[in-house]
Amino acid sequence: MWKRLILALMTLPTAVGAAAQEEPSALNMTRGVTEISRDAYDMHMLLFWICVAIGVGVFGVMTWSLIRHRRSRGAKAAKFSENTVVEVVWTVIPVLILVGVAVPATAILLKTNGESPDPEVVVDVHGSQWKWEYVYPDEEISFFSNLSSTSRDASQLDAKESPANAPNYLLDVDNPLVVPAGKDVRLRITSDDVIHAWWVPQLGFKKDAVPGQFNNIDIRIDEPGTYRGQCAELCGSGHAYMPVVVEAVKPAAYTEWVAQKKKAAAQEAEKASAPYSREVAMSQGKKIYESACASCHQTNGQGIEGTFPALEGGKITTGPVEGHLKIVIHGSEKNPVMQAYGDQLSDREIAAVITYERNAWSNDTGDLVTPQAVEAAR
Amino acid sequence: MSQTADSVVDQIEHDHSHHGPRKGPLRWLLTVNHKDVGTMYLVLALVALLVGGVMALVIRAELFQPGLQLTQPQFFNSLTTMHGLTMIFLAIMPGLTGLANWMVPLQVGADDMYWPRVNNWAFWMLPPAALLLWWGFFMPQGAPGGGWTMYAPLSSTYAPPSIDYVIMAIHIMGISSILGALNIILTILKMRAKGMKLWDMPLFTWTWLITGFLLLLAMPTLAIAVTMLLTDRHLGTNFFEAAAGGDPVLFQHIFWFFGHPEVYIMILPAFGVVSEIVPAFSRKPLFGRTSMIWAVIAITFLSAIVWAHHMFTVGLPVEAQVLFMYTTMLIAIPTGIKIFNWVATMWRGSMTFEAPMLWALAFIFLFTIGGFSGLMLADVPADYQYHDTYFVVAHLHYVVVTGSLFAIIAGVYYWLPKWTGHMYNERLSQWHFWLSVISVNVTFFPMHFAGLAGMPRRIPDYPMQFMDFNMISTVGAFVFGFSQLLFIWLIIQTIRGGKEAGDRPWDGAKGLEWTLSSPPPYHTFTEPPSPQTVHNEGPHGYH
Ligand code: HEM
Ligand SMILES: [Cu+2]
Repeated sequence: MWKRLILALMTLPTAVGAAAQEEPSALNMTRGVTEISRDAYDMHMLLFWICVAIGVGVFGVMTWSLIRHRRSRGAKAAKFSENTVVEVVWTVIPVLILVGVAVPATAILLKTNGESPDPEVVVDVHGSQWKWEYVYPDEEISFFSNLSSTSRDASQLDAKESPANAPNYLLDVDNPLVVPAGKDVRLRITSDDVIHAWWVPQLGFKKDAVPGQFNNIDIRIDEPGTYRGQCAELCGSGHAYMPVVVEAVKPAAYTEWVAQKKKAAAQEAEKASAPYSREVAMSQGKKIYESACASCHQTNGQGIEGTFPALEGGKITTGPVEGHLKIVIHGSEKNPVMQAYGDQLSDREIAAVITYERNAWSNDTGDLVTPQAVEAAR
Repeated sequence: MSQTADSVVDQIEHDHSHHGPRKGPLRWLLTVNHKDVGTMYLVLALVALLVGGVMALVIRAELFQPGLQLTQPQFFNSLTTMHGLTMIFLAIMPGLTGLANWMVPLQVGADDMYWPRVNNWAFWMLPPAALLLWWGFFMPQGAPGGGWTMYAPLSSTYAPPSIDYVIMAIHIMGISSILGALNIILTILKMRAKGMKLWDMPLFTWTWLITGFLLLLAMPTLAIAVTMLLTDRHLGTNFFEAAAGGDPVLFQHIFWFFGHPEVYIMILPAFGVVSEIVPAFSRKPLFGRTSMIWAVIAITFLSAIVWAHHMFTVGLPVEAQVLFMYTTMLIAIPTGIKIFNWVATMWRGSMTFEAPMLWALAFIFLFTIGGFSGLMLADVPADYQYHDTYFVVAHLHYVVVTGSLFAIIAGVYYWLPKWTGHMYNERLSQWHFWLSVISVNVTFFPMHFAGLAGMPRRIPDYPMQFMDFNMISTVGAFVFGFSQLLFIWLIIQTIRGGKEAGDRPWDGAKGLEWTLSSPPPYHTFTEPPSPQTVHNEGPHGYH
């Protein structure tokens, strides 16, 4: 690690040059792939150069005084303490500069907040502790987007895996948001619990996900590609673990993806109505566990010490079934982060996930919880 | 001088008004002497700076490399939250109040504060508040982790029980601040020496007068915001609970209506300190004195109408965004005027670079850099990218560490010889300065890059691409943190002895405080200074 630090310090000057070509840059705002992002970048650079120019002026004069007007060089203090002309000039010039900045900023702002008359695709983005849910109301598709399990495992205290070996560490998800490139897309951003913020630097904006309110933004991604970002509003202990991954694909590929998603959903539904058995419960339960529970209790069921209880060998997961049913259906009284899943999942889904939790890892209780038991416990 | 204040002081100090301080430990518990109270505020600030600093170092150590090495995410969030609250409410604000307690009566020629007993109470509220605040770390589920901004519903519905303690602590600290502010305002308005016109007051006193009023506006607003959190948690109100018809954004409006003035509460007295030091070491009167005061007044007014610039991504109507962008940009004008005036004060001066001046110069350079990033943040289209990233962390620390904190340190160096009667060790102070000023930039400058490259703030772990800058920041932070031990050592040394300071250790310094002996007698100005002295030490006098 120290070697890396020294290397970093030594290569800093050359990194400036190298970063100028790379995209996204290590040293500057990314130029991005939407009009919004390029406008933001241009605004940023304009401001940057204005600041540099003012800085050179002010710091130049100041440095000159520090060098030339030192007592040790025999400088005698002048007596003046006022000069109306100078004071007026240095008030008027900043006013002009500010007007010069405000005009383009206002123009861009109005444009960015404008709405496209007829968006091709509408996606509802739900922030949730700690994952994103994407709902395509017109296509009747919806899915959760969770941090990839390799990143999750590598980010534990005393992790066996090093973050360096996890691909796109903390920026990788199981199910990315997919949208067509070159088309107008409307994102309607909201939250199911606390405030989150949906941010992909290359798209050029972040929008808070606020409970009880939809924040709309219209974007058009110019180039197909995979764009990555993170939640940008402190939302609790999983704040670093809710990446945003957007795949912009060619319109034809998008149509295909939609068809595929629908087919997969139909298959899921069919499986969900298959006769309920131990095998079915375990495989369905595992899926639900990984999308709804793993962001806190971890894929390996170890939880996070002091924050989220371990489910492997836990009091509830290996104790009487009643307690297990109660906390999953009604949530935790002590900690609101453990939500009541009774409203979000069906009897059968709850039965499956509890069955999974009671038999996964080293929890060999042998229990098979049935949908009827869940119904009775509600 | 006010008759009532005089008699109050007489009553309270009846038994010992002509002797030195009370003997024994009760001296500090019961003291109503503004110098003792000032000293206690400064000591508290120093302790809080260390506590908050240790939290910052744990944060930085965790961020040294990707992955978690030291903390669980929730504990990390508690650390950032408590670090912010500690630094703001227990380090910077008491530090500035400590300077005010010491210097305002001396600068206006008063014998004490207007309400000496209230002054004692206002101070002694703070230690219990500090304990309440920090107690959260020892409670089940730990200290709150919702950030110093405490946004609902993360800090209402989803907060650990310790948030109630923090709310209580904030109430107590708020009451303390309000009492302190009233006391300072009344001292300035009612107890000025004969012949000192308002417009002739020293700049430090001026900035504190205005800050006093700003405190009276801001602290009750904060009290309202956190009380609403509390009733949402315990009394069944739903101000911020969307599911029951509340609005989480409402919290942000109220919070920032306090929060933005709050950052000026932390910077205006700092402007005052620098405006005292720069003329002294340039041996020239402050350039554009009147415009300096008007600039502070303008900033104060603007600070109350720009709160929503912290909320550009929350989904405000576009008209509101435009309006708040314009008002925010306007602040650059009076702030610019102040910086130009300081530079013009140095222009054709006869400058020397003792420690107070070095810190004041570093303030001007680095606070200006913080001002530049502030100007950039004001521009909404760009702020859509900057908001809630490390670019903001860099900006905030350039104004609050190299701004407020540096000014407090400058003030301590400037007035330490007056307080103790001894000169500090100049060599050691040079080490302290250069180590600090270099390391603080190593710490915070790379945060601009990390933020622009896309690193969100308040995260315990980050993607690989941000690693290099974080390593550099961490090394800088540790050097900065440990350099402050030099400062503590130097202060202890100076209190215990050293070269005699003399009444006016800085030949360019002006003001009534320098007409007193060093250290000043326990009870000063029992005889008000003569109008002639007031005139000579004022802006129109000469020496
Ligand atoms: C050694 C000096 C310091 C270091 C290394 C340091 C470092 C940090 C770091 C790493 C954060 C967390 C950023 C994030 O994840 O959002 C932070 C937050 C903060 N710091 Fe400091 N800091 C220092 C001194 C100060 C001082 C003197 C103040 C005075 C007011 C201050 C005020 C704050 C505030 C208000 C926050 C935001 C807390 C929050 O997000 O709720 N810091 N600091
Ligand atoms: Cu989030």
